[in-house]
Amino acid sequence: MHLTDRQDIEVALFTEALRKRHGYDFGQYAPASFKRRVLGLVTALHLRSVSELTERVIHDETFIHSVIERLSVPVSELFREPQTFVALRERVLPELASYPHINIWQAGCAHGEEAYSMAILLREAGMYERCQIYATDFSDAALAKAQEGIYPAREMPLYLENYRKAGGKARLQDYCTEKYDLLKMHDELRANITFANHNLVSDGVFGEMHLILCRNVLIYFTDPLQDRVLGLFRDSLVRGGYLCIGIKESLSFSGVASDFQLLSRELPVFRRTAPRNAP
Amino acid sequence: MMEACVVGASTGGVSALRSLLRGLDKGFRPSVIIVQHTATEGFNVLVDLLRDSCVLPVSEAQSREPIQPGHVYLAPPRYHLLVERQHRFALSVDERVCHVRPAADVLFQSAAEVWRERLAAVVLTGANDDGARGAALVRSLGGTLIVQDPQEAEAPEMPAAALRLAGADHVLPLNRIAPMLLKLAGRANA
Ligand SMILES: C[S@@+](CC[C@H](N)C(=O)[O-])C[C@H]1O[C@@H](n2cnc3c(N)ncnc32)[C@H](O)[C@@H]1O
Repeated sequence: MHLTDRQDIEVALFTEALRKRHGYDFGQYAPASFKRRVLGLVTALHLRSVSELTERVIHDETFIHSVIERLSVPVSELFREPQTFVALRERVLPELASYPHINIWQAGCAHGEEAYSMAILLREAGMYERCQIYATDFSDAALAKAQEGIYPAREMPLYLENYRKAGGKARLQDYCTEKYDLLKMHDELRANITFANHNLVSDGVFGEMHLILCRNVLIYFTDPLQDRVLGLFRDSLVRGGYLCIGIKESLSFSGVASDFQLLSRELPVFRRTAPRNAP
Repeated sequence: MMEACVVGASTGGVSALRSLLRGLDKGFRPSVIIVQHTATEGFNVLVDLLRDSCVLPVSEAQSREPIQPGHVYLAPPRYHLLVERQHRFALSVDERVCHVRPAADVLFQSAAEVWRERLAAVVLTGANDDGARGAALVRSLGGTLIVQDPQEAEAPEMPAAALRLAGADHVLPLNRIAPMLLKLAGRANA
C-alpha cells in the first residue's frame, strides 16, 4: 500500500481520536487541505508519523491546545480583500445606519485582523459607538493573539496597500503604533470588540445579528458542514441582515442559498430574505 | 489513459503556457489545471491571454466546482488550489509554500492522490523550486512527469529542481510538450 494511502488511514484515526478524546470534530473538513495540515503538524513537531500524533493526542492532556492552534490556519491581513470593505462602506453600512444598536459577528477571526479592520471602518463611518463586534474562533491561541492585536511590522506595506484600496479615509498609522518590528493596534479600537470562543461545527446561535462576516473559513468545509454553518448564520441574522463571505467563496453549492440574496454580482455580500428559522 | 494534467509555471510562464495551450486541440479530453505564480495584479489579463491562445474553454477555478473534462482551469491569485476526491476543486489560504500561493506543490500533491496513474504533471519555466515535491509524489503514485528542458526554459531553476528531486518521464523542449500530452491522452494521430 502506498504511503499516501496509509496516511489516509492514519488521518482518519487521528480525526476520530480528536473527536472521541476532545470533542473536536474535523470529520467534515475538506479532506485534501486537512490532510496537508495534519502532515504539516507532524513535520513541525518532528514526529515520525500521524500515528505518533494520535498517540499524543490521546494520552497527553494539554497537547490538544497546540494541535488546535496549528490546525486552525490563522492566516489573515488587515483589510484583506479590500474590495469587500469598499462594498461594506458603500452598500451595507448606510443600510445599517438606521439601527440604534448594531450587532456584528465576525466568525473565524484568526488573529483579529478582520475585527480591527471592521472597527476602523465603522469609526470612519461614525458608527462605531453603536456597534458591538463579536469576533469568534475555535482556537484559544488565536483568540489570545487577537486580543493583543500585535502584528509583525514587516506586514505594514501590505496592510497600507489594502487600506488604500479599501478606500481608507485616514492614515493606517493613526490606528496603530509601530515599535521595534511590531505593530500594535490602539486600545480604543478594541472597546466594542468581544473576542470569544465559538466552534462553528458544534456551537449554536448566540445573538441576533445585523451583519455577519465569515471569510475564508467556509472554503475549509465540505458541503454538509457549510450548510450547517450557513443555516446558523441565517438563524442568527435579522430579516434583511447581511452576510459577507470571502471573494472566492459562493453559496451556489449550498442548500440554504435560497435564503440569501446576492447584493451585487461582483461581491460576496448577501442579504437574508427568508424568515428566521425557516426550514 | 490520462484524465487530467496539472501544470506549474513561474517566471516566463505566461508565454510558455500560451505556446503549450496552443498545441492542444478541441478533442483533448483531460482537464488541464494550471498554477502560474506572480499573476496577482494581472490575473484577469492572464485568463484572457490564455483564452486567446486556446481552443478549449479557459476559466478561473472556483471553490467546490466540479472539474470538467476538456476544460482549462487556472488557480486564482493568493489561494492554494487543491483537488478533492470527488473531482472537485478546493481552495485554501494556508501559509505560502516555497514562498508562493498558489503553489504548484499543493496542486500536484492533491491531484496525484486523486488521479494517480491517470495524471500527467508538467513543470515549466520558473525561478524557484516550487513543484518539485509535488512532482515526486506524482511519479511515485504512477503518474507521468514531463519537465521542460531547463536548457531552453526562460528560467531554468524550477524544471531543474523538479529533475533533481523527482527525475522525469520526459524532458522536452516546450514545443514538444503539447504533442506528448496529446499522445498521453490517446490522440497521437490528432
Ligand atoms: C484563514 S482564517 C480566516 C481569517 C479571516 N476571516 C480572513 O478572511 O482573513 C480561518 C480561521 O477560521 C478558524 N476556524 C476554522 N474552523 C473553525 C471552526 N470550526 N469554528 C470557528 N472557527 C474556525 C481558524 O481558526 C482560523 O482562524
